[in-house]
Amino acid sequence: MELKKYLLTGLAAATLLSTFQACKPKGAGEAVSGGAAEKAYVAPGKYDEFYNFVSGGFSGQLSVYGLPSGRLLRVIPVFSLDPEKGWGFSEETKPMLETSHGNVPWDDLHHVQLSKTDGEYDGKWVFVNANNTPRLARVDLTTFRTAEILELPNSGGNHSSPFITENTEYVVAGTRFSVPVDGESGDVPINTYKQNFRGTLSFVSVNKENGNMDLAFQIETPGVNYDLSRAGKGVSHGWFFFSTYNTEQANTLLEVNASKNDKDFVLAVNWKKAEEYLKAGKGKKVTGLKYAHNKYDEKSHTSKTEFKTETIVLNAEELEGLCYYIPCPKSPHGVDVDPSGEYIVGSGKLAALIPVFSFSKIQKAIEGKQFEGKFGGIPIIKYDAALYGEVEKPGLGPLHTEFDGKGNAITSFFVSSELVKWNIKDLKVLDRVPTYYSTGHLMIPGGDTKSPDGKYVVAYNKITKDRFLPTGPELSQSAQIFDISGDKMQLILDFPTIGEPHYAQAIRAEKVKDKSVKIFKIEENTNPYATKGEKDARVERKGNQVHVYLTSIRSHFAPDNIEGVQLGDEVYFHVTNIEQDWDMPHGFAVKGARNGELLIMPGETQTLKWVPDRIGVFPFYCTDFCSALHQEMQGYIRISKKGSNVPISYSVGTNLPKEGTN
Amino acid sequence: METTNKMSALHRVLLVLCSLALVAVIFLPIWRIELDAAQYPEGLELQIYSHKLAGQVEIINGLNHYIGMKTLHADDFVEFTVLPYIIGFFALAFLAVGLANKPKWVYVLFGAFLLFGIVAMVDFYIWEYDYGHNLDPNAPIKVPGMAYQPPLIGYKQLLNFGAYSIPDIGGWIFIGCGILLAYCAVQEWRKAKQ
Repeated sequence: MELKKYLLTGLAAATLLSTFQACKPKGAGEAVSGGAAEKAYVAPGKYDEFYNFVSGGFSGQLSVYGLPSGRLLRVIPVFSLDPEKGWGFSEETKPMLETSHGNVPWDDLHHVQLSKTDGEYDGKWVFVNANNTPRLARVDLTTFRTAEILELPNSGGNHSSPFITENTEYVVAGTRFSVPVDGESGDVPINTYKQNFRGTLSFVSVNKENGNMDLAFQIETPGVNYDLSRAGKGVSHGWFFFSTYNTEQANTLLEVNASKNDKDFVLAVNWKKAEEYLKAGKGKKVTGLKYAHNKYDEKSHTSKTEFKTETIVLNAEELEGLCYYIPCPKSPHGVDVDPSGEYIVGSGKLAALIPVFSFSKIQKAIEGKQFEGKFGGIPIIKYDAALYGEVEKPGLGPLHTEFDGKGNAITSFFVSSELVKWNIKDLKVLDRVPTYYSTGHLMIPGGDTKSPDGKYVVAYNKITKDRFLPTGPELSQSAQIFDISGDKMQLILDFPTIGEPHYAQAIRAEKVKDKSVKIFKIEENTNPYATKGEKDARVERKGNQVHVYLTSIRSHFAPDNIEGVQLGDEVYFHVTNIEQDWDMPHGFAVKGARNGELLIMPGETQTLKWVPDRIGVFPFYCTDFCSALHQEMQGYIRISKKGSNVPISYSVGTNLPKEGTN
Repeated sequence: METTNKMSALHRVLLVLCSLALVAVIFLPIWRIELDAAQYPEGLELQIYSHKLAGQVEIINGLNHYIGMKTLHADDFVEFTVLPYIIGFFALAFLAVGLANKPKWVYVLFGAFLLFGIVAMVDFYIWEYDYGHNLDPNAPIKVPGMAYQPPLIGYKQLLNFGAYSIPDIGGWIFIGCGILLAYCAVQEWRKAKQ
C-alpha cells in the first residue's frame, strides 16, 4: 500500500500548505467594510462637517481639507513662495518672508494648533511652525491668510512648536537642535555640545483681541533635542510638557549615539512660576539679538517687517521649581495630555510600551522631593513616582496620541503601521487597525481639547506606495479616515495630501464658516497705492520708477495703454481690484516678469515690480478667468530706449487705431 | 337725512390706520426685482424705495454693462424726489378723510389713489422699457432682437438671468391700503343707496 501512503502524505502536505496560506494576513483591499462610502460621502454642493487644517510639511504651506469627504478646500501659503497666489512675489507680501537671514522663500511646516478659549477651539486663528529657520506663524480664520510671522532667536529648528495653552496665553517654541546662543560667542567647537549648547524654550504671548504675537520670555535649559510638547489643561493648566531626546548630548551620528539611554525625559515646565519669576525680575535681559516680526494688515493689504533685538531669559537651572525632568523610555516623540489634564502620555519612538504619567502624582513627587538626581542642575523625578501605569504590548514605535472624549486614547505606531485604541483608566488595548503606511501623526477633531469630537480619527502617513495610481517615483502623501463612533475603528476613506502632513487639527465647520470674509470693502482700503475708481487710474514717473495705478473690473484694466516707459525704469504695477462681488478675483501678469503674477481679491491692492529688459511693446493680462470677456482683459505697455522723448501717457478706450497705411 | 352723511366708525378707524401705514411705506422698500443665475445661487436683489435704490445695485450695474444697459443711479430719477411727498400727501389725505367723516370724500380719495396707482405702474413700465431697450450699440453682448426689459410683475428669463419682479413689504402695504379704501368706499356707497 505504498501508493496510498504517498497519497496521504501528499494530501497532508497540501492541507498544511493551504492552512499556512490561510494564516497569511489579509491584504489592504479587504480592510474596508460595508457602508464606508456612505460615511465619507458628502453630496455635491453640501458642506463638510469639519475643517481639517493639515500641515503641508516640506511644502511650507498649510492645507485645508473637508472632513469626512477628504476634499481639498484650500492651500494657504505660509512659509513658502506661492506663485499661484502671488504670495512672496507681490511687493505687499514680500516682507512676510523676511528673517534675520534675509528673505527666506521656503520652510518646513510641521505642526498646527487652533487657538483655544477655556480649552476648546474658538475658531479665531491657526498657529503653525517653521522647522528650518525657526519661526511661528498665525493664520487668520476670517481670511484664511497668514497674518503674522515671528522669528525666534537662540533656536535651531523649531520643532517642539506651536503648542498652545488652554486660553491661548502662550504659543511655545522648543528648539529641536540645541545650539550655542546667538551672537559671536557661538563660535565654539561642535564637540563642546555639553558645555556650550543650550536648549531654548520660547514662550510667545498672544494678544486676545488681535492675535498679535510677542516673544514674552525664553527658558534656557541644558542642551538636548526638544521634540514635541503639549500644554496642561484643566487640573494641569499652568504647566507645559516637552519631550526630549538626545539626553546623551551627542553631536554626531545621533542615530546611534542618541539612542543609547534607556530613558530620555519629558520636561515639565511650570509656566505660572515662570511668570512669577519674571515679575520678580529674575529674568535676564539679553540684547544684541536680531529677529524678524512680520505682520500683514488686511486694511492696507500690506505687510511690514520689524526687527527686534531683545528678549528676557529665565535660567531653568538657577530658578527653583521652574522645571522638572520625568524619565520617559526610548527617545520620546509625542507627549500628549488627556482631556481632563490628569494623564500625560509619553511615546518612546523605539519603545514597545506606552508610559502614562499622572499629574497629581507628579505634584506629590515634587512635594515629597522624590528625585533620583539632577540633569544639568534640574531635578529628575523618579519614574515610578510620576507613573500612572504602562500600556503593555500596544505595538512598536508609538508616536502620537489623541483622545476620543469617551475615556479612550488612540495612539499611532510608525514601525508597526497601525492605530491602537486603548482605555486611559485601565490601560487595556481595545482595538487596532492597520494604516497605509507607517502613520506619523493622527488626529481626532478636538482631540487635544477638553471635549474631543470622537467621530473620526485621521491617520497621516509617511509612506504612500500603492495606495493611489502611480505617478512615477514621486508620490503624493496619504491620509486615512476611520469612523470611531462605534467600538471598532472602521476605515472609510483614503485621500492624498500635499507636502508631507505632520500634525493636523479639525474644527466644526460652524465655528469658522460664518465668519469667512467674502470681499474687502474698497472704501476701507488704506493701501497708499490703492486706486479706488477708474477716474483715479494713472501713471506717475518718479525718477526711474514708474508707478502704474491700475484698476481691474470685469473685463478691462484702466489704463490699458501705457507709453513713455524707458529701458532702465522700474515699473510698479499697483493693481486694485475694484469689484465688490464675492469670488471675483482678477489676476495680473506681464510678459517677461521675473518674479510672478498677482492674484487680487475684490477691494484689494497688490503690486508687481517689473523691470523691462528690452525695447518693445509688452502685453499684460488678467490670469483669473473672471468673465465671459476675460480673454479681452488685456493691455499693452510700450518700452522705449533710455532717454527717449516719448512722453508718459496712459488711457483706456480712447487711444483708437490710427487710420492709414504703414 | 343726517345719518347718511356720516361714515361708519369702523371705516374711519381703518382710514386712520391706513394713513399711519402709508407713512411707514415712505421708509420701506416698495418693489423688488430678484435676479438669479447659475453663478449667483445666492441671488441678486434690487430694492426700490420711495426715495432710493437699494440691494446690490453696484454688482447689477457691473453686470449690465455687458449688454449695454445704462447704469442705475437714484439721482437720475425724479421719482425718488417726488414719491415720498406724494405718499406723504396720501397719508395726510387718508387721515383727513377719516377725520372729516364725509362719505363723499372717501369716493374722491379712492379715485385719486387708484389713479396714482395706475400712473405709478405706467411710469414703472416706461422706466423698465427704457432701460431694457435703450442699449449701448457698442455693448459686448448683442443678441439680435433681444431686449432686457424686466417684467412689470412676475418672472421673465433674460439671457442667463431669471428676473422676478414683485411688490416688497411697502408695496404690499400700499396695495392693502388701496383694498381697504375700496372696501370702505363700496360699503359707504351701499349704505348711502339704502
